[in-house]
Amino acid sequence: MTGYTGNPRIRWTEWLPWLLAGAVFFLLPEYLALGARILIFILFALSLDLILGYAGIITLGHSAFFGLGAYVAGCISAKAGVTDPFVQLAAAALAAGLLGVLTGAVILRTRALTLLMLTMAITSILLEIANKWTSMTGGADGLSGVTVAPILGAFRFDLFGRVAFIYCLVALFLAWFLVRRLIYSPFGAMLTGMRENTTRMHAVGAPVYLRLIAVYTISAVMAGVAGALLTQTNQFVGLNVLGFELAGELLVMLILGGVGRIYGAFIGPVVYLIAQDYLAKQFPEYWYFGIGFILVLVVIFAPGGILGLLDKCLPSWKRRSSARASAR
Amino acid sequence: MKICRVAMLAALALVSGAALAQTIKIGFITSYSGLNANLGPYMERAVRLYIKQHGKELPPGVKIELLVRDDTGVNPDRARQLAQELVVREKVNLLAGVVFTPNAMSIAPIATEAKVPFVIMNAGTSVITARSPYIVRTSFTLWQSSYPLGQWAAKRYKTAYTMVSDFGPGHDSEEAFIKGFTEGGGKIVGSVRVPLQNPDFAAYMQRVKDAKPDALKVFIPAGKTATAVMKNFSDLGLDKAGIKLIGPGDITTDEELPNMGDVALGVLTVHHYSAAASRPANKAFVEAWKKEYGANETPNFLSAGSWDGTAMIFEAIKQQKGKLDPDKTMEIFKSWKWADSPRGPISIDPETRDVVHNEYLREVRKVDGKLANVELETVATAVKDPWKELQKKAPAKK
Amino acid sequence: MILYVISVGLSVTMGLMGFINLAHGVFAMAGGYVFATALGRLGMPFPLALLLAFVITGLLSVVLERLLYSRLYSAGELAQVLFTIGLIFMAVAVARAIYGTLAPPVFLPEYLRGQVHVLGRDFPTYRVFLILFSAILIVSLWFGVERTRWGAMVRAAVDHRAMAQSVGINTRRLFTLTFALGSGLAGLGGGLGADIIAVQPTYPFEHLVFFLIVVALGGLGSLRGPFIAALLLGIADTACKYWIPELGAFLIYAATIGVLLWRPMGLFGTRV
Repeated sequence: MTGYTGNPRIRWTEWLPWLLAGAVFFLLPEYLALGARILIFILFALSLDLILGYAGIITLGHSAFFGLGAYVAGCISAKAGVTDPFVQLAAAALAAGLLGVLTGAVILRTRALTLLMLTMAITSILLEIANKWTSMTGGADGLSGVTVAPILGAFRFDLFGRVAFIYCLVALFLAWFLVRRLIYSPFGAMLTGMRENTTRMHAVGAPVYLRLIAVYTISAVMAGVAGALLTQTNQFVGLNVLGFELAGELLVMLILGGVGRIYGAFIGPVVYLIAQDYLAKQFPEYWYFGIGFILVLVVIFAPGGILGLLDKCLPSWKRRSSARASAR
Repeated sequence: MKICRVAMLAALALVSGAALAQTIKIGFITSYSGLNANLGPYMERAVRLYIKQHGKELPPGVKIELLVRDDTGVNPDRARQLAQELVVREKVNLLAGVVFTPNAMSIAPIATEAKVPFVIMNAGTSVITARSPYIVRTSFTLWQSSYPLGQWAAKRYKTAYTMVSDFGPGHDSEEAFIKGFTEGGGKIVGSVRVPLQNPDFAAYMQRVKDAKPDALKVFIPAGKTATAVMKNFSDLGLDKAGIKLIGPGDITTDEELPNMGDVALGVLTVHHYSAAASRPANKAFVEAWKKEYGANETPNFLSAGSWDGTAMIFEAIKQQKGKLDPDKTMEIFKSWKWADSPRGPISIDPETRDVVHNEYLREVRKVDGKLANVELETVATAVKDPWKELQKKAPAKK
Repeated sequence: MILYVISVGLSVTMGLMGFINLAHGVFAMAGGYVFATALGRLGMPFPLALLLAFVITGLLSVVLERLLYSRLYSAGELAQVLFTIGLIFMAVAVARAIYGTLAPPVFLPEYLRGQVHVLGRDFPTYRVFLILFSAILIVSLWFGVERTRWGAMVRAAVDHRAMAQSVGINTRRLFTLTFALGSGLAGLGGGLGADIIAVQPTYPFEHLVFFLIVVALGGLGSLRGPFIAALLLGIADTACKYWIPELGAFLIYAATIGVLLWRPMGLFGTRV
């Protein structure tokens, strides 16, 4: 997996996703709502990749942060009347970060199954709270009446999703930039070290536990922001943002793209959500089956995901072209 | 802009004779998977059956295209997404369907913003119609069934316990029943709200048994949850302890009755529709259903809601000769009446855009060897949604 | 109590074989469907239907194990988690396609319905039956693992596979058998519980948390652990719903977190 050994300068290929997004905005105006959704999930996947791919923490409880961010943004709007979008985002980020620090400090001492269990238990508790606290969260009915004031006073979230798309794009860009800086820094180097060989990291005297909490919190903040974005673009929060099915789907998206590399988090949701948009409506059973099947195949035969496969193909391609060049 | 539109319409009218077929697109969102997911087909089948039977009534050259979407159960996020796509990408003329309240609530703002009339054919929480001026409902509200139920029950039983699922319709049903029951002099000895997903009723039933009420009023979403309640009711011996099970008709839906077994015999419910109703319009409806879908199939109240909703849509199409204007359509909807629906006389209340119909008392009995909801008497006629009536009287109350 | 029967299978596979099998619920669901179909449509007697659930699920698991699971024994935890989640998706889709979304109706035989009078209170007969059945099950399992040769071989193979193989134990076959046993037990549990916990396509997802909680609380690799955990959880859950219905399952999760932090290996765990 590429990582800290790579050149921190931004390669030209890394600008492609953003150009693509821009093209989508102008050429496919009817699909912008779907586009915004994809962007949100890329952000969510990126946050998961940070701890799963780079720090090696396996969790099924990431929807806890996503859901918390979503509900906080929704509740302060519907219940407290705060409609400024940036304040909503900040509140969500703060809440998610707080949860991240608190739970991280507590559960990151454990590992493997126990850790997995604890992440699920935390998510379940949040789900129960959201379910029962109907006066605040709307319970099973969901929270409606979420209003978002026009951004900077001028840009209103409309039915077509234009503003939503740009809004999410900007958020994603900032997050991407941050993650990149993180990965290509000594901090990122240590993350990879922790993943590969924790014992040695301890031996080298690195504050493993603290760093784990730090990265967990950062990841939680990102997930929380993604959740808030979902609430803002939909003007609605439902219980499913805290559900396990969402966490499962996110995992699939990430694996599909390729774990441990930033762009896996980009490719996975794009492929998954577009495929879902076309196929899931026509053949819901086949879709579910297909996803499971692909997941199994990927795990057994292509653990690196799509990017992993590309990695294998590209060198042989490069080899052939350089062979051709040297043959001349 | 108005002159432009008038001119365009005039031009269209002139060439309408030679025009190609005009398609009315209806975006139909319901549930085919997830919680109680078997209910989607009951709605879709009713719509399609009506279209099939009455297609020739449409103006010449007009046809209906039904775009069906699965919202996968209680999933307001997905429902909203689907509605948005139907409106923006497919440019539908109408939205229809929806089993669950949360989904309807999340679709409401889209109907308003896009000015697309939204015909709700099932979701039963009272407040939904207030969420958008483009919503009209042809199904029912929980207050309409549970309030008369409470009033009727107060004449028979002194004490009652309520058990409802913890979501919009459940809260409505609980509140409505308690109001009706206490107004009639009854005493509520206990109330409990059960989680919507994975309820294990045993513990709750035990509590009810210990409280020894005369009657237990239950509301849970229609479908297999009802069967689970029945089983637990008898398993824990509540029937032997003399507690009577009552509720709105959702607890004994016609399609689920065969699965409940004899334990459901004698359960009394109040509802607007039963497949066993003997009025001629219903007999014709059920017969047509069995002919089209199989002798063992039966419609239920979701089918009734969808059937009537489609009839109303047809009326709007016929009156506007196939060119649907959203505001004109809403006007037609608001003043719609039908004396001959399978559920009896039905109309829409122009003030609230909600359905007005009769409520009947039914008992589960064996008819020709099969369980059926036999209508005993009409408990209330032309019931407008009581909750909204109450809101009018006391605007300060929430 | 049904949770125990299903979870003990999971404890067996996870604890004794070290494989994170989140798809355990799939076997429980399969067993439930087989049982319901046998009882309902084929009209088999109750005990026979249960046996069928056990056997068929066991066979199914053997097929899956040979084809797929065995490739991942040495793969990391992430791979195992992902793989089993993929299985869940597939199984859910298949179940929906074959059975539709309704739970098949289950009609218990007469001698198991109604109530028994125990210690001055009425208890539903079926639940008493379940408790007794689970008790018998744990005793026989314990006996099997602790006292028989097979149990010794399994324990040896798990502790040190290479060593066991060099002593002549066919570890591959042993693992397959153990997996079959674990999954068969899940199927049995699914069938037993079919009346109380409805068997529907979303079964594996819905109850995944509970299975894992019972196993994690009870401790991997132990048989007593999950039993006691399931017992405690069952009692606590019912008590909570009885006394404080507003809190619901909240307490269960909080308790889980508490216990796991105090003893990360579970109450009786022998290994993490």
